[in-house]
Amino acid sequence: MQHTTVRAVVVATAMLGLSVPAAVMADWEPTKPVEFVVPAGTGGGADQMARFVQGLIAKHNLMKQPMVVVNKSGGAGGEGFLYVKESKGDPHKIVITLSNLFTTPLATGIPFNWKDLTPVSMLALDEFVLWVNADSPYKTAKEYLAAIKAGNDGQFKMAGTGSKQEDQIITVALDKFTGKKFTYVPFKGGGDVAVQLVGGHVNSTVNNPIEAVAHWRAGKLRPLCVFDDKRMPYKEKVTDTMSWHDIPTCKESGVNVDYLMLRGIFMPGGVSADQVNFYVNLFKKMRALPEWSEFMASGAFNQSFMSGKEYADWVQKAEDTHKTLMKDAGFLAK
Amino acid sequence: MEEFNSLMQGFSVALTYHNLLFMLVGILLGVLIGVLPGLGGANGVAILLPLTFTMPPTSAIIMLSCIYWGALFGGAITSILFNIPGEPWSVATTFDGHPMAKSGRAGEALTAAFTSSFVGALFAVIMITFLAPLVAKFSLKFGPPEFFAVQLLTFCSFVGLGKGHPAKTISAMMLGFALAAVGLDTVTGTLRMTFGTSELLRGFDFLIAVIGLFGIGEILLTMEEGLAFKGVHARINPRVVLQTWAQLPKFWLTALRATLIGCWMGITPGGATPASFMSYGIAKRFSKTGEKFGTGEIEGVVAPETAAHAAGTSALLPMLTLGIPGSPTAAVLLGGLLIWGLQPGPLLFVEQKEFVWGLIASMYIGNIAGLLIVLTTVPWWAAILRVPFSIIAPVIVVICAIGAYTVHNAMLDVVMMMVFGVVGYLFKKLDYPLAPMVLALVLGDMAESSFRQSMLLSRGEVSIFWSNGLVGSICGLAMLMLFWPVISKVLARMRRGNNELDEARPVE
Repeated sequence: MQHTTVRAVVVATAMLGLSVPAAVMADWEPTKPVEFVVPAGTGGGADQMARFVQGLIAKHNLMKQPMVVVNKSGGAGGEGFLYVKESKGDPHKIVITLSNLFTTPLATGIPFNWKDLTPVSMLALDEFVLWVNADSPYKTAKEYLAAIKAGNDGQFKMAGTGSKQEDQIITVALDKFTGKKFTYVPFKGGGDVAVQLVGGHVNSTVNNPIEAVAHWRAGKLRPLCVFDDKRMPYKEKVTDTMSWHDIPTCKESGVNVDYLMLRGIFMPGGVSADQVNFYVNLFKKMRALPEWSEFMASGAFNQSFMSGKEYADWVQKAEDTHKTLMKDAGFLAK
Repeated sequence: MEEFNSLMQGFSVALTYHNLLFMLVGILLGVLIGVLPGLGGANGVAILLPLTFTMPPTSAIIMLSCIYWGALFGGAITSILFNIPGEPWSVATTFDGHPMAKSGRAGEALTAAFTSSFVGALFAVIMITFLAPLVAKFSLKFGPPEFFAVQLLTFCSFVGLGKGHPAKTISAMMLGFALAAVGLDTVTGTLRMTFGTSELLRGFDFLIAVIGLFGIGEILLTMEEGLAFKGVHARINPRVVLQTWAQLPKFWLTALRATLIGCWMGITPGGATPASFMSYGIAKRFSKTGEKFGTGEIEGVVAPETAAHAAGTSALLPMLTLGIPGSPTAAVLLGGLLIWGLQPGPLLFVEQKEFVWGLIASMYIGNIAGLLIVLTTVPWWAAILRVPFSIIAPVIVVICAIGAYTVHNAMLDVVMMMVFGVVGYLFKKLDYPLAPMVLALVLGDMAESSFRQSMLLSRGEVSIFWSNGLVGSICGLAMLMLFWPVISKVLARMRRGNNELDEARPVE
């Protein structure tokens, strides 16, 4: 019961916040250093974003108190989420999420749900792209998937980050589409995954743009399609001939699979509306900085921004999607 | 000689006043971070990373990489003085470094450690300078079976070394494997042996185990022997550096082997920790005085330190050319590159010449500066041993506790450290070797995932481990290492039997 009331208050004030200038609303401020929890290891996508945010906020003096990044990556991020959950009512902790916000509790059964936290705002969504080695004969997603359909179960190998997480969820969705099974090989980080593909040890990956872009530009990897319902908006040339915008969506190629990963901010449960608002405004200010736009472009992020009820609704929908996907794939903890 | 010209340009970038200043700051901070167990290069660099966003990228990476060099140097200090590895790659340094310190040769051990670190790093940088594109291609050949082969080689070059009972060695190793298995299984994504507690989610960290087993265990042992720091008449002689240097050239072969192992492990990327273990194991096996290893042989300090520093340095190569970090610290630096707007990867060498060569030049200067700084501190470090045990022991325990806490910011880790300390004490009392357990704890995880990834790739065919020349020869080498004691005995007998067959020497 408590969760729902907290959420109702959050939602109401967040909606108010949208119509009132930031300066008037910022009546609560952190009184001690803010702990920025990263439920993933150092060097990964979430960690990079958190440290970038920390640097931007410090550089532009957006907050009087310092922000300290803390990695709690144990149990596929479960350690970090449980830590924030246990800090109920502490406004000096925020956590950045990746898809493990949903996948970790579903796959491992740890006692955690995003409703234990207070949604603050979405920072961006991370895209997923289907990549093959540039030496492989497949020029389009259609060709590649046709080859899979014509091949045997397990003949094609997909490398991805972690097990029962976003990469494998997409792989299973592709399995469903082709009717054949990929051999899914989990690795620790997205960088390793991309290199395994460059080295020709696997047939394809679903790396995030930022993880594979360097190899794409060096002519080692080829993007086939992006798992989004519209193309990425970045029209600047990344390689000699192509921009992110030139990559077709998988839907255009007849593959009805889309998936985006949340890069969002949450606070512990039981915090006041004022406190949530402080962070909502903080991230709004940060997103207006030119450095942030550059960072978004470099990783070809989907720049959706939400807060308040809209955000909570989005998260709820995303959770439902994950539940269905993971149930179908047989990934739910028993 | 295009590389040479680029390098000269790099020096002109690195040798500006403010870059030299950043270098100095970086080294000093790094040594400090290396000395404090648990803080670690990765954490140190991560904490300072946001401060560098306002700096030009070249200065920023120079400072951060110098922290890394400093930490590599500094890790050896506490290993030698107090048997507490400041960094995971310094564990192997304790095996001979600490006995040396105990017998009053701390200055010698420190000088040997620093100098061989420098030699390892220097060779690795030279390799990066001239062979970068070639080496990058080689590292692409490494898939899961090759990684497993490398880990197998590390184990094989290390097992059978101890003088203890084989059954004790095996049980210590099994305990290490069991501890490594706690936490999330990366291959199936399910939790193992966490017994429903959230504290066990993160598993047992190698660093915490090592701080406890070695550091606290050592203190408990010393306490039992009476509250006096025995056997340390640390002669403090400013000429100890020169005297040690005079002894070092005869270990050139050990250093060369260690450098090769280190460079290889840094590139593939296996990391500095396995490199130091493997190098120690192989040095012991091939050294003339191998049976004295563990009692305070200089060679036993040279081998792991050279390899660790060579690996630590060459770990930056896959980071720059492929965008994969060869070590946790490199992973953090990689994040830094992205934030400064640089894209690590094959094109970095083409598009960001000034940055890349400035960094490489700073590796040369940074390591020379680092060596000079740490060598001047040798007498001071050695002097710490003169402080009475009753004063220094509580300080060490506090530093250990802080170190254990910083690894994950978790209080339970401090408790775990104490428990490991008692385990370490019991192991010593019952004559169980610690090294195999530590090795299994640090490599068990990696070896397990590479093995299972390989099995997934081959769909259960073990033949994947000899499916191509590369993986086959590493596995072959591993087997050779494992059975070396037997092989060498057989060979010796054969040679005695027929002296005329002298050509039939082992192909090594």
